[in-house]
Amino acid sequence: MSVLLKGALLYGEEAVDVVIAEGRIAGLEPPGGASDGDLVVDARSLVLLPGLVDLHTHLREPGREDAETIQTGSAAAALGGFTAVHAMANTQPVADTAGVVEQVWRRGVDAGLCDVFPVGAVTVGLRGEQLAELGAMAESAARVRVFSDDGVCVNDAVLMRRALEYVKAFDGVIAQHAQEPRLTEGAQMNEGALSGVLGLRGWPSVAEEAIIARDVLLADHVDSRVHICHLSTRGSVEIVRWAKERGINVTAEVTPHHLVLTEEIARTYDPRYKVNPPLRTAADVEAVRRGLADGTIDAVATDHAPHPHEDKDCEWAAGAFGMLGLETALSVVIETMVDTGRLDWRGVADRMSVRPARIGRLDGHGRPLEVGEPANLVLVDPSARWTVDPARLASRSRNTPFVAREMHGRVVATFLAGRPTVLEGRLT
Amino acid sequence: MRHLLSAADLTRDEALLILDTAGELGKVTDRAVKKLPTLRGRTVVNLFFEDSTRTRISFEAAAKRLSADLITFSAKGSSVSKGESLKDTALTLEAMGADAVVVRHEASGAPHRLAHSGWIDCAVINAGDGTHEHPTQALLDAFTLRHHLSGGEGALDGRRVVIVGDVLHSRVARSNVLLLHALGASVTLVAPPTLMPVGVQTWPCEVSYDLDDALPGASAVMMLRVQRERMNAAYFPSTHEYSRRYGLDTRRASLLADDGIVLHPGPMNRGMEITADVADGQRSVIVEQVTNGVNVRMAVLYLILGARAEADLTEASQ
Ligand SMILES: [Zn+2]
Repeated sequence: MSVLLKGALLYGEEAVDVVIAEGRIAGLEPPGGASDGDLVVDARSLVLLPGLVDLHTHLREPGREDAETIQTGSAAAALGGFTAVHAMANTQPVADTAGVVEQVWRRGVDAGLCDVFPVGAVTVGLRGEQLAELGAMAESAARVRVFSDDGVCVNDAVLMRRALEYVKAFDGVIAQHAQEPRLTEGAQMNEGALSGVLGLRGWPSVAEEAIIARDVLLADHVDSRVHICHLSTRGSVEIVRWAKERGINVTAEVTPHHLVLTEEIARTYDPRYKVNPPLRTAADVEAVRRGLADGTIDAVATDHAPHPHEDKDCEWAAGAFGMLGLETALSVVIETMVDTGRLDWRGVADRMSVRPARIGRLDGHGRPLEVGEPANLVLVDPSARWTVDPARLASRSRNTPFVAREMHGRVVATFLAGRPTVLEGRLT
Repeated sequence: MRHLLSAADLTRDEALLILDTAGELGKVTDRAVKKLPTLRGRTVVNLFFEDSTRTRISFEAAAKRLSADLITFSAKGSSVSKGESLKDTALTLEAMGADAVVVRHEASGAPHRLAHSGWIDCAVINAGDGTHEHPTQALLDAFTLRHHLSGGEGALDGRRVVIVGDVLHSRVARSNVLLLHALGASVTLVAPPTLMPVGVQTWPCEVSYDLDDALPGASAVMMLRVQRERMNAAYFPSTHEYSRRYGLDTRRASLLADDGIVLHPGPMNRGMEITADVADGQRSVIVEQVTNGVNVRMAVLYLILGARAEADLTEASQ
């Protein structure tokens, strides 16, 4: 099928007619220059970006299909403008064998709404004792390149060193959930004056920063690459900045919620705002925004973490950690980074598509908007405003922290390999 | 006052009203009349997810003396321990027609959730939540302090109260700092640095690591319970060292002002944070605290449910 996008603003800049054919960008022409297609989209005043790539998604399948499935999670991803997601390994069973990652990958292909790239576990059962068969997962049909025990930190320094070394054989990367376990036993929220007042066990910044500091030094020592998941503190930004200045091969991501929400919201004791790592202070929010703007932080990654209603409709301590993110991520980035002048649209493309695709070693994603490139694309209305209604999200779960919040900008259309998955803001 | 969730909810005037009301109610029940008809037809539910015989009995006595219908719901042996959620339990209680729920829970903020989640509509009284707050304990402590230091009237302006022990895990300390500050007293917290919460320097109180420095001339000292197991989590090296540095013995008690008193919210670890001599000594008002607890809780129930009764009447007449 052929598609014509009329008058789209390339990276928010000049208007062009975009011709899509056979899954690729077949032509970029001055407005009015292109002929018809099977599908013609009026894209005037809409921003065209490469399809978004999420490095950190919990699709919950296999094992917790009551919270999300690969089908519903893929739908949420497409609606959020994503054409590729990395499905985290902490499923039941854990994605720690070639068999499980291939199953996840195939289910993604079957759903057909975005490319699902499984993340492999670093250690068997996420138990932090023994390396999983990383090579077998890398060689499988799922072609795994990102390995993570996310949800749990690879705390053992020797195991972390070995994992970093081992993945060099197939150009893999270890994505670390940086959380020193002893410093965070029973932790409920950011540790600071507010946790003291609320009587909630603190999760200190140092528990994240100490692991990041260790791991960038390890990555340097064994000349491998490490990726930092959901970096959340000012100190973490400083450590990553320092490491990059030294030429260490480190990359980092920040979540949308850490870009916009602070710990203050824990005063409600509503577990909807309970997340790991926890929401931090306004100073931390400012630091991660600045880090994302100057490129110290490479990517925005959602850490989309669906949970059934009953796991959030309870007291804080009993609540599950995590928030939905796929359908709101781009709006949060527009609000916090674009509308504030910290990033232009090329910057958004870089942090939400180009760099995450490069970190995940994805060939067909995060490509420039040029003739001949794969047509993984998203069209965004930057001036639209919408309100989050949890009941209308495509995700099977409802645990968004943005209920009733006015969101900036919205995804109008998403194209996966030239085929629309979303048109007029709805699944096709 | 719709709920009582935190001592921070109380203005100085509201706190004084509760203390004055507790005094009045205490006078009545001191006489032969042990029971007042005030809350007849109202239902008070004691919802205890955590064992606390002392606080539960105190609230039960308070509700009974005001002639309220009382339902006690303890976690042990109930559906709660079989995994029924706080929400489901709350809905059940509301269906039983509860006007007020007195809740004790091991999770900080559980009473706040009950009051603000939209699950139920009745008044919520915090009877101790996790390591957050225990406002009625602070009220009874303030009542006791006022009785001894201000002749049972007015506030506590100019008085200095030292609170000693495991501040980090103490809901009693949090509520007392807030309430005593509102009542004009100056509070000094004393503990080893390991047992001070992060950010304690932002609280409306002084902070000291040295008990002998803090005690001289103080009007009162409140000793907090310190669990021996904290030693295993490296909060302090040994019970012996803890008692030596932070325990209250006769010598230290004598550093207080002449009329200075000794409080303890109980249950005590005799020999750990307080010696038996001091616990049973002249300055100790520990037994009195228990009696005052009932009066203060009567006052809280009376003011919260009384206000609701008036609101109901207004609504009915409109
Ligand atoms: Zn994580």
